[in-house]
Amino acid sequence: MQFSKAHTFTDRLFSCVKVSLTLALLINGTTAIAELGEPEKDQLRFGFIKLTDMAPIAVAYENGYFEDEGLYVTIEAQANWKVLLDGVIDGRLDGAHMLAGQPLAATIGYGTKAHIVTPFSMDLNGNAITVSNNIWEQMKEYVPVEDGKPVHPIKADYMKPIVDKFTEAGKPFKVGMVFPVSTHNYELRYWLAAGNIHPGYYAPHKGDSSGTLNAQALLSVTPPPQMPATLEAGTIQGYCVGEPWNQQAVFKGIGVPVITDYEIWKNNPEKVFGMTKEFTEQYPNTTARVVKALIRAAKWLDENDNANRPAAVKILAQSNYVGADYDVIANSMTGTFEYEKGDKRSVPDFNVFFRHFATYPFYSDAVWYLTQMRRWGQISKPKPDQWYFDVAASVYRPDIYKTAAMELIEEGLVSAAEFPDFASESGYRAPQKEFIDEVVYDGTQPNAYLKKFSIGLKDEVL
Amino acid sequence: MNSANIGSKISQSLAQLSLASLLVWLQRTVKNLLLPLTGIVIFLFIWQIAASNIITSLGQFPGPSDVWQQSKTLVAEHRQERQKAEAFFTRQDLRNAKKLAKNPNANVKIRPYTGKATYFDQIFTSLYTVMFGFLVATFIAIPLGILCGLSANAYRAINPIIQTFKPVSPLAWLPLVTMVVSALYISDEPMFEKAFLTSGFTVALCCLWPTVVNTLVGVASIDRDLIDVSRVLRLSSPVYIKTMVIPSAIPLIFTGLRLSLATGWMVLIAAEMLAQNPGLGKFIWDEFQNGSSSSLGRIMVAVVTIGIIGFILDQLMLGLQKRVSWDKQAILR
Repeated sequence: MQFSKAHTFTDRLFSCVKVSLTLALLINGTTAIAELGEPEKDQLRFGFIKLTDMAPIAVAYENGYFEDEGLYVTIEAQANWKVLLDGVIDGRLDGAHMLAGQPLAATIGYGTKAHIVTPFSMDLNGNAITVSNNIWEQMKEYVPVEDGKPVHPIKADYMKPIVDKFTEAGKPFKVGMVFPVSTHNYELRYWLAAGNIHPGYYAPHKGDSSGTLNAQALLSVTPPPQMPATLEAGTIQGYCVGEPWNQQAVFKGIGVPVITDYEIWKNNPEKVFGMTKEFTEQYPNTTARVVKALIRAAKWLDENDNANRPAAVKILAQSNYVGADYDVIANSMTGTFEYEKGDKRSVPDFNVFFRHFATYPFYSDAVWYLTQMRRWGQISKPKPDQWYFDVAASVYRPDIYKTAAMELIEEGLVSAAEFPDFASESGYRAPQKEFIDEVVYDGTQPNAYLKKFSIGLKDEVL
Repeated sequence: MNSANIGSKISQSLAQLSLASLLVWLQRTVKNLLLPLTGIVIFLFIWQIAASNIITSLGQFPGPSDVWQQSKTLVAEHRQERQKAEAFFTRQDLRNAKKLAKNPNANVKIRPYTGKATYFDQIFTSLYTVMFGFLVATFIAIPLGILCGLSANAYRAINPIIQTFKPVSPLAWLPLVTMVVSALYISDEPMFEKAFLTSGFTVALCCLWPTVVNTLVGVASIDRDLIDVSRVLRLSSPVYIKTMVIPSAIPLIFTGLRLSLATGWMVLIAAEMLAQNPGLGKFIWDEFQNGSSSSLGRIMVAVVTIGIIGFILDQLMLGLQKRVSWDKQAILR
């Protein structure tokens, strides 16, 4: 930028006045945010997997929220969840769109050990379980019908007779999910167990990490974009995955989504934004600014009753983000969800990005995932309640969230009412009742919770 | 005979000559231009018919018209991205200016564009990755080939290793190369991307074998007379290699180089898909993962591009070979 050379006294006077006025205005305007300093590291690289709930990251980039914070972010799709996690651990990625279980599993040492923390929850809900056309035809015999349409939620009880037939015939009933510590794995297992189908145990202390011990349904890992292909090929009879892969199955005519995770556990936590602990300690300002940008993006996504969703879908349909067709993505993000082809129902909270305090990292969410890891044997020995609380506190970082939120409130970008009351928030939600099997979850009593299930480990070691 | 007669006779023969040369030119054009064109047109026709009869779950198999559509889209996206880049730099300049206005001593940085690489950026990335791999391979392969060609003992010692590693697929090398690069290439300000190095070295490992084999055959089959001449003149080894061995082995060395480059280009696409180097291989992989209705068309565009670039690279090597070869009578295809 060229500043013109002042030749005369009046010119010099005027430019002095201009500069000092600007300075005065800028300084006055910026004293409020003088608390949060400049980002220490401004060139960042974030990873994601091609799922619609990476939206906050894409929106924060495309709407310029990262740039407003002085951050120059490159966003890269990763090949699968393992590559993504390894990328964050070895520093190739500064942060990533992660499954809620990944920071927890990495910190406790299930899989590659690394201390990963999360200051931001990316969304609630957003998954569904799809079965192949063949299985759906068989299930329809058992599913109750009202007005010609199947009654929802479709419990796994209606699939049990088919699984039993497979077992009798000696054929394995295979189902896909995306990663051993994925929300999809736990939701799928929860749904199957609620229908009395045993999804298998893990026995890592014995070297068995297949998760198929005593299983009636065999669960295996497939990266999300490859799910429809494996279903089509007949390798699996169903899968649990995020969007757009369930709607993709409907569009391609290869499968039928039977239930969304919204119906399994209403407003369940889904993805988080994960970074290494070292990163958050070395670059605290950067971390807080990243969270600020993401909160703004999440707010935009849910603003005015999902009014911005079509614009968000347009962004996600770009080939460098999710890349699926606009219609396929819009099918689940704009307030509806299509089950059987033609059976589109209204599910406005299929994806929740900001409402219901979706972005706040609640400790009770972390504890739920830990209890499910214990239930299925990924944590091989029983642990005292305090262990659950300690792990949750070391991984989930509402303190960083609070710093970012306070900045946003000061800048007037988000109102204080849209955040939980930081003074009184303990991080543990009130006991949650809206599960498909009606078991109540109280995050402050993890071991008591584990004892309520008929299928699942309690105090025993396999 | 008067001058008019001579004049008319000369112009008559000139006319006949130009007619003859016209006919020759016409014949050559038909052979060199029309025949290939006819082949291409027939192929496109068959492709279009076959494509409209294959329906996949992602839509109809892409025919030539889809490929044309998608290539136009890719060019448009490229232009859009360049515009976005300009807007990005404008915003950055404004931001930096504001910072400087607030504090003239502020440390303002110019950051590179953070947006996605366009199709043409990816083509460029693939090209320089394959060049890197090819050059690494050449620097290893030619000396190795010369050594094995000159010394029968060296050949006997090294040949089993060459023959064992020659058939190994790039996909088998890739995990090992990835682990080695990750372990050894650690620096705070890396000059090269790890994915680039992984792809480049995988390409090198797979494409050095044709050059090694052809070089050693070329060197070993040097004319006996030349060997005798060098003995008579008592030429030192370096001079002997430089003036006699290499020039006489050039035809076969270049055959090896051409095969290596072709192999390298093929291997590159596979290596990029797995190592996620941002080139054409990654483009195809990402499109496949996207599973949109335009994905197959875009993948086909990439396939055609890969083919055309491979063809151009080969023709470049051929041109180079023709210039360097001393035997101008030899027919080089």
